[in-house]
Amino acid sequence: MSVDLLRRRLVSGFACTAASAALLPCCLGRAVLAAGGSSRFSVRQIADGVFAFQGADELMTAANDGAICNLGAVIGTDAVAVIDSGGSLIEAHAFLAAIGKLTAKPVRFLVNTHMHPDHIFGNAAFRKIGATIVGHRNLPRALEARGAFYLHNYREQLGEALMEGIEIVSPTMLVDDRLQLDLGGRMIELRAWKAAHTDNDLTVFDPATRTLFAGDVVFMGSLPTLDGSLLGWLRQMDALTAIDAARVVPGHGPVTADWPQALAGERRYFEVLARDIRKAIADGTPLREAVKTAGESERDNWHLFDDYNERNATAAFAELEWE
Amino acid sequence: MQNHAYSSRQLALPLAFVFVAIILAIGTLLGSSGTASAQQTTASSDRIWQDLKGDVFGDRAILVDTGVVRIEAPKRAQDAAIVPVDIYLDPAKAPDGIKSVTLIIDANPAPVAATFQLGKDAGVTHLSTRVRVNDYSYLRAIAETQGGQLHMAQTFVKASGGCSAPAVKNQDEANATMGQMKLRQFPPKETMTKTEELQLMIRHPNNSGLQRDPLTQYFIPAHFVQKLSISQAGQPILSMEGGISISEDPNFRFDFTVHGNGEIQVEAIDTDGKTFRNQWPLETAGL
Repeated sequence: MSVDLLRRRLVSGFACTAASAALLPCCLGRAVLAAGGSSRFSVRQIADGVFAFQGADELMTAANDGAICNLGAVIGTDAVAVIDSGGSLIEAHAFLAAIGKLTAKPVRFLVNTHMHPDHIFGNAAFRKIGATIVGHRNLPRALEARGAFYLHNYREQLGEALMEGIEIVSPTMLVDDRLQLDLGGRMIELRAWKAAHTDNDLTVFDPATRTLFAGDVVFMGSLPTLDGSLLGWLRQMDALTAIDAARVVPGHGPVTADWPQALAGERRYFEVLARDIRKAIADGTPLREAVKTAGESERDNWHLFDDYNERNATAAFAELEWE
Repeated sequence: MQNHAYSSRQLALPLAFVFVAIILAIGTLLGSSGTASAQQTTASSDRIWQDLKGDVFGDRAILVDTGVVRIEAPKRAQDAAIVPVDIYLDPAKAPDGIKSVTLIIDANPAPVAATFQLGKDAGVTHLSTRVRVNDYSYLRAIAETQGGQLHMAQTFVKASGGCSAPAVKNQDEANATMGQMKLRQFPPKETMTKTEELQLMIRHPNNSGLQRDPLTQYFIPAHFVQKLSISQAGQPILSMEGGISISEDPNFRFDFTVHGNGEIQVEAIDTDGKTFRNQWPLETAGL
């Protein structure tokens, strides 16, 4: 019985290995993803001419093709703008294939909402098709400081096969404060934020449908990660709330959600985290001790809490110590 | 019964070989992962150390785990840019006194994170700071006694998962606030002792210089705090020569033996030759 099981495993293992060795799509999931339109990689219409892909509430892995953040597309009469390129070339190609089924118009712009690998590892696919890559004025600097580390660090997490061909591709069109992109009969509005999730956060607003692509300035479901400034993020909550959107596509979480109610969860989490860390600092508790318990009361509200809460607490401690 | 067991072992053995071969094949295709990788990385960290230690300490003997020095850090770096590390010194185990402690992070681009010189009568027994950890690496603390003996303790830190990088988070803010200092004084827990704890914080990006300017494509020169001295009324407590492995906004918390009522003085010099000075009265003075 156990031998049979083992043998069956071997057979499928062989099949998979042989296929990857021949550089063909390895397992069934990969083929399904590349084809697009399946439940695994489905692009949803969320408003007139506005589409989104919902990433998995997981860490980036070889099994999920790095497809963990939400991607978007806005279609004008002349051209398409894509919001974020995804966590791998496989994801980027699958998303482009899905858009190709919706419209024959060219993808003229790729907007990177910030520097993290799940949002930018697919950039090379967009450079290849001639799209202009747009980002926050600080994005090239941030990628210079991190690019080599990302490429090295993710090799273990994603595996050589998925990393194949991934490059750090910087934007060539930069947003200082605000910028409009013309898609033909439709202008979308880009807005550069002060340091919050990162120091290069950019949001995209489509006034025609009042849809906001928030990037990782808005997290739902998965715990937000702090790689910029907690105080900056909290300080900009009111300005975010004031955006006249009807719905939001958060960087992680459901596509879509009502605006600005979508902000409530992360705002509460950050306020709890700041309160706990401020108390620890006032008590003289060292960082290493404080981060073990700070934010703990938020545990049940989030996916990936154990993966990211201590990291957030560490960054928050180092920042709030200077208050 | 015996026969059956024998035959199934015969069957299992070649199958095991095939299985191992396939695991290896998949491992090669997907890149190393899991426990194999963790073992490789402790081995690779050790290899770096074997090459490095001659450069730092020549052919001097290094005694390991003697209790003179201990080092603690989280098993996994949560934020690669801010990994807290604690070094403990036990003066009872080094009767001639401890002169200095060197902190090494094998797998970092600049493995020698810092060397701390300890003031002769300063009585420093615990020092904590924050470092960048680029990869799976041992963190090593090597204490040198007044007599010239070297004692080492080490702890292994796994690289952070996810998108945290050993880089400055808010570069504009870091540039704007450079040179600000803050000193916190933690009064002694027991009233009879003259030992108190200080925490010194300095605003500085402590940049690595390993990145290019996005516009000019030239490498940006490294810019970090390379010298720091902390003293009480001119008597050295602790000084540091450091590099880019110390986190942005360098942060040091340590205990020391108070001598009189003199103020705490700090001087920091960065690689641009900028000098930052500050001083604070002792809060426990006159108690």
